[in-house]
Amino acid sequence: MEMLETPLSKPSEGSAGITGYWRTFKPVINKSKCVKCLLCWIYCPEGTVIRINDSVDINYMYCKGCGICANECPTKAIDMVLEEEI
Amino acid sequence: MSLKIKDLPIEDYWLSGNPSCPGCPASLGLRLLMKTLGPKTIVVIPACCSTIIQGAYPKTSANFPILNIAFAASAAAASGIVEALELKGRSNVNVVVWAGDGGTVDIGLQALSGAAERNENIVYVCYDNEAYMNTGIQRSGATPYGAWTTTTITGKKEHKKNLPLIMAAHGIPYVATASISYPIDFITKLKKASKIYGMKYIHLHSPCPTGWRFPSSKTIEIGRLAVLTGTWVLYEVENGIFKLNPPSNVLIDRNKRKPVRSYIKIQGRFSHLTEKNIDELQRYIDRQWETYLKLLSIGKIY
Ligand SMILES: Cc1ncc(C[n+]2csc(CCOP(=O)(O)OP(=O)(O)O)c2C)c(N)n1
Ligand code: SF4
Ligand code: SF4
Ligand SMILES: [Mg+2]
Repeated sequence: MEMLETPLSKPSEGSAGITGYWRTFKPVINKSKCVKCLLCWIYCPEGTVIRINDSVDINYMYCKGCGICANECPTKAIDMVLEEEI
Repeated sequence: MSLKIKDLPIEDYWLSGNPSCPGCPASLGLRLLMKTLGPKTIVVIPACCSTIIQGAYPKTSANFPILNIAFAASAAAASGIVEALELKGRSNVNVVVWAGDGGTVDIGLQALSGAAERNENIVYVCYDNEAYMNTGIQRSGATPYGAWTTTTITGKKEHKKNLPLIMAAHGIPYVATASISYPIDFITKLKKASKIYGMKYIHLHSPCPTGWRFPSSKTIEIGRLAVLTGTWVLYEVENGIFKLNPPSNVLIDRNKRKPVRSYIKIQGRFSHLTEKNIDELQRYIDRQWETYLKLLSIGKIY
């Protein structure tokens, strides 16, 4: 008898599609103001603040533009910019 | 030595691009949970937002095993997993329950209480967004006094159920409160809990932008205000010894606590409150603190 394949989900980024499309505002990091405290990295609910050693970047493919990183940055190094303006 | 953000692993097991709302505390909580405990962890999740935000077939945002289980059953299911692992001689796997406040404070309470009484080897984390969010913001036992929900349209009449103290009354080895706004404190508590044998309970305060009616950028700020106003208190009960954690430990002095108004004024769910309502909330907070100060003076409470 033929067995039905078990419908197992596979771990993958983008389980809701390209969530970067959800954004209205886009976080833009001003590297000269960044003091590498990594607070944006630890607080991002999406894991879309990419940490390379102690510096940070944004994964725009999945960043939802929630604005937490900008709100928590102690030196105001992250601006939330309206998508169309970019 | 205390943990530093720089020392935390870069690796995430909770993946980007999941269906959580922007600014979601459950998504951040799962990310921190798994960053801390690592992939040798089995997570049991009852019906809640965290079920949905795993994503839809054929993808899942969880790069770790999850047992999704009926609402009332998470602590019982986790107990079964612990027994099975013990029979197989596998002692290096964390068994965790990750449940909402509805699934903990109300619907999962009897299974949780039973598992606590049996001192099952589980880390139980309740992420408390103070209502049944996944089904559209209905009040739970964890919803605070005055809060609007779709089932308390003029504001909830009762105060929040104090589940961490109810768990402490079980005499389990470890009970802690935590907040999504204090990740190092939460991670330190998770690490400690994972090394203790028996039942561990962590109650994680989790402001939800969708249900509490605030902008998605304010999740962390509002959680911090909950702590700084003394509305949410960070503490541990380790082997019966009650201890306040920073910054709550400096808020023993009532004058150091911000007024509750500064916490509620930026949340839409409290926008209808009258002065009388706000006074009642403040009185409740002050009463809770009297209880904590008594526990502190007793030291070992069980
Ligand atoms: C027995 C049962 N009753 C009701 C539901 C519907 N339901 C699914 S999730 C949910 C809300 C869960 O609230 P909570 O535990 O606080 O988690 P949250 O969604 O807020 O993260 C409800 C009522 C269900 N799945 N099973
Ligand atoms: S805007 Fe939100 S989702 Fe995007 S990187 Fe900042 S914290 Fe993460
Ligand atoms: S309703 Fe709240 S807890 Fe649920 S996914 Fe949205 S932000 Fe997260
Ligand atoms: Mg809830």
